[in-house]
Amino acid sequence: MLNATLAELSAALAAKRTSSLELTRACLERIERLDGTLNAFITVDEARALEDARRADARRAQGDAGRLTGIPLAHKDILCTRGLPTTCGSKMLAKFVSPYDAHVIERFDAAGAVLLGKCNMDEFAMGSSSETSHFGPVRNPWDARLVPGGSSGGSATAVAARMAPAATGTDTGGSIRQPAALTGVCGLKPTYGLVSRYGLVAFASSLDQAGPIGKSAEDLALMLEVMAGFDPRDSTSVDRPQQRYSQELDLDLKSLRIGLPKEYFGEGIEPGVRRAVEEAVRWFAAQGASTVELELPNARLGVPVYYVIAPAEASSNLSRFDGVRYGHRAAEFADLIDMYCRTRAEGFGTEVKQRILVGTYVLSHGYYDAYYLQAQKVRRLIARDFDLAFKKCDLILGPTAPSTAFAIGAKTEDPVQMYLNDIFTIPAPLAGLPALSIPCGFDERGLPVGLQLTGAHFSEARLLGAAHRYQQASDWHLRVPKETPL
Amino acid sequence: MAWEVVVGIETHAQLATKSKMFSGASTAFGAAPNTQAAAVDIALPGVLPVANRAAIELAIRFGLAVKGAINRRSIFARKNYFYPDLPKGYQISQYESPIVRGGEIRFTLNDAERVVRLTRAHLEEDAGKSLHEDFHGMTGIDLNRAGTPLLEIVSEPELRGAKEAVAYARALHALVMWIGICDGNMQEGSFRCDANVSVKKTDEKGLGTRCEIKNLNSFRFMEQAIEFEAKRQVELLEDGGQVEQETRLYDPERGETRSMRTKEDAQDYRYFPDPDLLPLVVPEQLLSEILQGLPELPDVRRERFVREYALTVYDAGLLTASRAAADYFEALVKAAGVEPKLCANWQTGELSAVLNREEQDIATCPVSPQMLAGILRRISDGTISGKAAKQVFEVMWKLGGSADEIIERDGLRQVSDAGAIEKLVDEVLAANARLAADYRSGKEKAFNALVGQVMKASRGKANPVQAAEALRRKLG
Repeated sequence: MLNATLAELSAALAAKRTSSLELTRACLERIERLDGTLNAFITVDEARALEDARRADARRAQGDAGRLTGIPLAHKDILCTRGLPTTCGSKMLAKFVSPYDAHVIERFDAAGAVLLGKCNMDEFAMGSSSETSHFGPVRNPWDARLVPGGSSGGSATAVAARMAPAATGTDTGGSIRQPAALTGVCGLKPTYGLVSRYGLVAFASSLDQAGPIGKSAEDLALMLEVMAGFDPRDSTSVDRPQQRYSQELDLDLKSLRIGLPKEYFGEGIEPGVRRAVEEAVRWFAAQGASTVELELPNARLGVPVYYVIAPAEASSNLSRFDGVRYGHRAAEFADLIDMYCRTRAEGFGTEVKQRILVGTYVLSHGYYDAYYLQAQKVRRLIARDFDLAFKKCDLILGPTAPSTAFAIGAKTEDPVQMYLNDIFTIPAPLAGLPALSIPCGFDERGLPVGLQLTGAHFSEARLLGAAHRYQQASDWHLRVPKETPL
Repeated sequence: MAWEVVVGIETHAQLATKSKMFSGASTAFGAAPNTQAAAVDIALPGVLPVANRAAIELAIRFGLAVKGAINRRSIFARKNYFYPDLPKGYQISQYESPIVRGGEIRFTLNDAERVVRLTRAHLEEDAGKSLHEDFHGMTGIDLNRAGTPLLEIVSEPELRGAKEAVAYARALHALVMWIGICDGNMQEGSFRCDANVSVKKTDEKGLGTRCEIKNLNSFRFMEQAIEFEAKRQVELLEDGGQVEQETRLYDPERGETRSMRTKEDAQDYRYFPDPDLLPLVVPEQLLSEILQGLPELPDVRRERFVREYALTVYDAGLLTASRAAADYFEALVKAAGVEPKLCANWQTGELSAVLNREEQDIATCPVSPQMLAGILRRISDGTISGKAAKQVFEVMWKLGGSADEIIERDGLRQVSDAGAIEKLVDEVLAANARLAADYRSGKEKAFNALVGQVMKASRGKANPVQAAEALRRKLG
């Protein structure tokens, strides 16, 4: 049951072969057994999860169940949940309990899903390894000495280790897709504006999007159906007709044009990653899809552009954590400025402080034009590259990350090496595009490799369809990590 | 060479909306601390701003009223700084692309028309309040005001001196209330002005170094502060010193300005476009709707009053000081059907005096234009004297009722019966032979004394014109 997809679990619940209570208990037991090592969760509220499960079962008994009613889910601890801590992996918010639910949480609540707990993450979503959390690093279930990727490493690990059937994550520069790739699960970053950011604690507002993490493309589709939708509380939310992604998975691969940017197959990619991705390309071609060689000449500027824009927005977004109204406040201070300084020095970790400093610098008088404004111009060039590319192809294929999972501590001393792990995931959010990662094999060390598909705005259905067709013919996505057998 | 004082005014007008600029919380004044602060105003993690359409429409209304250019695509920007009553650590404002560019304010000063250009007007949110009293060794924070919509209106530095600056501020104050975008309540902080003051020699081309003066919460203080500041700068320069660019605070108790912070303390606000808010795009349709809804503006109405009712610029100015006053006047003229000049004299004289005395506003005046018109008609047709009319007005103010009822009940009708007046004149001449003789010997003054005697004998009711005619005839 723990290895079943959402569609299978939903069918089992509908056929009364299992109950939400039974399913939830199984997840809680597995969390109990594995999470001491993996550290994927910051908060698990058993009583609330079981209460949710009972309510879901009652709802189903009344004939009022949707497809996700009774399904236990884990949420990244950056989505506000009423009555449960929302820490963002930071000491600053270690004891913060939100008085309101994020839009995404409201939607899952309305769908009758069960809230298992809140997942560990890089502090304020800043990181690619889930090592910067105040609550300790998350460990990769394929090898506990390795990182699971980040920043949604807790969510990806929860799904990979089968502690939760599916989870939510958030993606700013790859924070859903890269950990999905490094833990062998599926993750989707939706088009900017498709999922409301209301209640998602902001890192970089122009890039942040919440999205699903699951075992299969169909799981992602079922999750996205619940998460997507207009919300007037988010001015960047897009008002468009609700889509039934799970009903649109039957994509005809014969008419599909797959773009292969030469920049995504260049140097710096591990051989095992390259081999698995090229194998997937051959499979698509064998199904009749055509491949188109492309150029994304400005994509290489994605990382530097991202590391100007995201810290700039973060430096402003994180100003509210000042010790005045909620969150951590220094115990002793001399005056107001001292209170601010001590509170923020104590409350934020090193990576967050580095980014606040960079962001403050690039917005400063005399530097704004050279950095922030210039970065915004290049951002538009990157978006234009994609616009041109999507005139020639329907989706762009490449590796999600240049490497498979790396050792805990291996890149913490060298931020640039860490940042380069996001080289392929950063361009899509800069252009507001949807992109997903699915497992496409293993490297010579037996570590999962992620395949990334990027599409035009609001082309989630096509991305999910292509991934679904691939998964109908493969079982990479159903492999269970060897260190966490069922 | 004489010194010239140059002033530019920055005004924060609180927009008259029910809810805040970016949240649904109420903007009503005077609620218990922090009871009107929504999650967005407290800046809880994860909340997002949503721009208030009503505030945007009021800003556009202002822009159209001052003939400014409405920016069809304006941008909300973040102004970053730390302060305990600024919950997000930034204020949402407009920086490079304000919603209104340019425009002008017309006003009269010493009966002369003045036009002052505006630089811009932009939307922003207010901060909360830090309360330093009542908390020993601590500061209280009230976020009720945080997020209240403001329109910051910036004039060009082309006001010459304190009097002109105040006349501008008064005209702007009248205008924002006239077009209904701001309640104008200065005590509650709905209309706040800062003045940028500099001085230069008359023949100097550029501007002198300016100081920004804050805390000008009345027009009187504004005038005093600018006068003090200009004098301070002139004295400094004449003594061979230099004016330092700084922000100064006006202290009304001492009648002086003092330094708050110098240019060196100026913060780097790190403005950048707010990624939580899309560019504010104003469609043509909305512009034309708002334009159609604009009332006749004060300067246009003032000019029309001069033209249509043959009033002086001064009277027309008084009668268009507020929309309520102008509406009252036109209703009065229409209802009375008498000389508009008589209506103007009564409204700016008797009515205005009593309103002041009773501390009442014309909008809530107990004597309606129709009631006052009844009095003016009876003055015009000679039924009552001007003096009796004032009595009728006083009674009407206190007890209500129509002019005719009051005239009858209190016996205030003027005696216009020729026979009765002749009889009174004969009696007065008989009793004042001396005055009559004086008049006949050429002392014109004696005539007025005789008219006075006739009026006295009639206990004020005799028609003074008829009485004078009868006297002249008899004295022949």
